[in-house]
Amino acid sequence: MQWRWDFMWEVLPRLIVATGNTLLAAGIGYGIAVVLGLVLALAQRTPFKPLTMMVREVVEFIRSTPLVLQIFFVFYVGPQFGIRLAPWTAGMIAIGLHYASYLSEVYRGGLESVPKGQWEAATALNLSTARTYSRIIIPQALPPSLAGMGNYLVGIFKDTPMLSVIGVAELMHTANAIGSESYRFLEPYTMVGAIFLAISLPTAALIRSFEAWVRKKLGMTR
Amino acid sequence: MSYWEFLQTYGARLADGTVVTCAQFILAALIAVAIAVVAGLGKLSPNPVIRGIAVVYIEIFRGTSLLVQLYWIFFVLPLFGLTLEKFTAGYLAVGMNLGAYGAELVRGAILSVPRGQYEAALALNMSPAQRMRRIIFPQALKIMLPTWGNLLIELLKGTALVSLISVADLMFQAKQINASSFLSAQAFGTALIIYYVLARFALTPFMRWLERLMARREGRI
Repeated sequence: MQWRWDFMWEVLPRLIVATGNTLLAAGIGYGIAVVLGLVLALAQRTPFKPLTMMVREVVEFIRSTPLVLQIFFVFYVGPQFGIRLAPWTAGMIAIGLHYASYLSEVYRGGLESVPKGQWEAATALNLSTARTYSRIIIPQALPPSLAGMGNYLVGIFKDTPMLSVIGVAELMHTANAIGSESYRFLEPYTMVGAIFLAISLPTAALIRSFEAWVRKKLGMTR
Repeated sequence: MSYWEFLQTYGARLADGTVVTCAQFILAALIAVAIAVVAGLGKLSPNPVIRGIAVVYIEIFRGTSLLVQLYWIFFVLPLFGLTLEKFTAGYLAVGMNLGAYGAELVRGAILSVPRGQYEAALALNMSPAQRMRRIIFPQALKIMLPTWGNLLIELLKGTALVSLISVADLMFQAKQINASSFLSAQAFGTALIIYYVLARFALTPFMRWLERLMARREGRI
């Protein structure tokens, strides 16, 4: 089979529009994950043991089961109980929750890396727990978390094709549609791969240099 | 329909799917380990051609999605005359994808073996191959084993995607049951639990056992 440049140019605009949707999905999903992940991480640090253990189990469960199955679960289980979710909504919930559980582990590592003396100093200064977290602990926990957060940003972007299974019109879904309309799969699928490479490689490089910049700015070695 | 009845009706199909998932997992894991070692060592090779091939392989497979690679292998390769059966295409794609991630683990572990070990092996007049096989690699193996545990869980999760090219694995069976019975919570919920049990109570203990085995063997040398 021959590669047809004219066909590639013909379908490229549709793929580029779909790339926008892919980036949007990754962005929203990541936004949910960043916030929810912090909630999950902090919930595992409360003195109330049953909550800690429960959240721990939930995070373990989400982390060790396939995202694509979770997407199906969120999308199809709702209607069974009378809640109808749009593909976008279900997809964002599933992917956001999945990556929240990953990010909570990253945050947990960061939070644990803050020396105990910082807590003691904050207590000595009579800071409330909320203030200690927001002003003292989280700012220090952030730099060591950056590498993991960056990896999962690229990760969530690469996992968005799974949203095509419930009909979110992102890149993979569009490539499938083009393939089934024209019976040509070579160009659309290859272009999808190329677009992913063209975005994920520079992003990964950018994240690495950003991380190095933050470390230098904060005067941290290594 | 109670959950018990659901299991009686569909349990056998879910069990069949689990067997296929396990088979996919084992085959993909073997491919991933083989590729990880070859590509990981390749990236450390002094030969720029070998290094270049390894880097390109790793970047392509880590830079695109597993699903894209799976579709490409299954739908595009036949256009070039290489038709793979869906079962083969499935574990091959998963193994090749996770192998690229594993290559970075192998490379990192080899680099973290203390430098003195290289020098000592050199002083003992070992050939490069001997040095790698008898001195460096066994120590690197011990360093990277815990991270392989996580990677293999990712691999198990990755095998769920082969259902999208209609390999009759656990995910596929859950989808079929959902389509014919509309018992979504039961079908997908049970599949989720089976994946969790496989990851948590089969794979994780197996890796722990392997780590202990390695530690014991090292103690004996």
